[in-house]
Amino acid sequence: MSNQPEASVGRRRVLKSLALGAAGLSLTGLTACQDSESDSAAAVSLVTTLGQSTYPFEVPPLPYAPDALQPAIDAETMRLHHGAHHQGYTDKLNAALADASDLHDVPLRDLLADLEQVPTSIREAVRNNGGGYYNHALFWPSMRAEPEGPSQALTAVLREAFGGVDAFKEQFTAAALDVFGSGWAWLARAPNGALRIVQTPNQDTPLAQGLLPVLGIDVWEHAYYLNYQNRRAAYVEAWWDVVNWQQVEANLPSEQR
Amino acid sequence: MAFTLPDLPYDHDALEPYVDARTMQIHHGKHHQGYTNKLNNAIEGTKWERMPAEDILSHIDEVPNDIRTAVRNNGGGYVNHKLFWTVMSPDGGGAPSGALAEAIEDTFGSFDAFKETFSSTAGSQFGSGWGWLVVDDDGNLHVYSTPNQDSPYMKGHTPILGVDVWEHAYYLHYQNKRGDYLSNWWNVVNWDQVAANYAEATS
Repeated sequence: MSNQPEASVGRRRVLKSLALGAAGLSLTGLTACQDSESDSAAAVSLVTTLGQSTYPFEVPPLPYAPDALQPAIDAETMRLHHGAHHQGYTDKLNAALADASDLHDVPLRDLLADLEQVPTSIREAVRNNGGGYYNHALFWPSMRAEPEGPSQALTAVLREAFGGVDAFKEQFTAAALDVFGSGWAWLARAPNGALRIVQTPNQDTPLAQGLLPVLGIDVWEHAYYLNYQNRRAAYVEAWWDVVNWQQVEANLPSEQR
Repeated sequence: MAFTLPDLPYDHDALEPYVDARTMQIHHGKHHQGYTNKLNNAIEGTKWERMPAEDILSHIDEVPNDIRTAVRNNGGGYVNHKLFWTVMSPDGGGAPSGALAEAIEDTFGSFDAFKETFSSTAGSQFGSGWGWLVVDDDGNLHVYSTPNQDSPYMKGHTPILGVDVWEHAYYLHYQNKRGDYLSNWWNVVNWDQVAANYAEATS
């Protein structure tokens, strides 16, 4: 690991170092995230803060009560999803990395963007459980009870990229419904700043495609089966009612808002 | 001729308490029906309509590009579930006898060792998929898992026993505890049917 940052170095050097190590991610994009001021939005970019986290990983607390997103998402699903599934990915990620001490200071984003650096004996475990840890940690704050709609600035961004907020929702929904089996649909940002809608199977992350996630929806059956059973479309439709657009905006670099 | 959803060979609640009635209703009536409909839509008006679904999967590489993924996913879903209902029974459980029992012992060392291998293979399939006991061209047994609805027929193997580990197969009753579902599932395995499948695959 030639690009492994030391534990004591400053955030900027960490970022520079991980950008060099993360194939496909632009230095510009990462520093832009880092430099974004939070005065225009209450939320901070989770894509930045979460990506910097290192071993050992802890399940972040839910930013609301398990029943806060009802009726879109029921309390039992939230409890299991956060307390059993997310906890399980976290425990398995920590177990996989326990003996790989040279990876303990590597930021999560770097691990997931460049899985080739992970020894083959634990690569699959890191891919699946690291992805599960990361994706769910982004997922919880991307929802909230009684959210406000997208700001004018975000509306303009979505209009330019997709033709409008409704057009974006339509394309994102189609991608979410089209995932066969377990996986996620994403709004993600390319190194050149372009916004794209992509899918990932299982717990693969956009990072592994050289993209930074902005908004993701979990379409594993565990995300909706208790309440919606086979009706994934009803889940996705209801999910739009709890999307935290302020967090979506905060996940974009400041120059793009 | 369009494929039709096979009837369940028992009542929805017949596999209680190991597989609950509501899961069976949705699994058979919604998920399997959905795969059936989508398979029919994908192959409508093509020569593939006139072939058994298992044979379509054996020749998946020859299916035209524009419908291959739909046929793979929904044809797999159709065939996998069709087998699944028959390898379970309210009178199931126990152990196989005869030629199948001998082949399992020869291949895996013992019936218990086979169960352990099968359970851990199915249990560790990450995401959606199936665990399988299959017969290859030479009549040998293998245990492996496949992702999503991929079928052993796609590898030229004949599945004789399969367990569905998509979350929809167990989530209403077992939630995240896939291991509990798998250990309970052995109580409903229809070994007579599995033995008949083995005999046919090796004949």
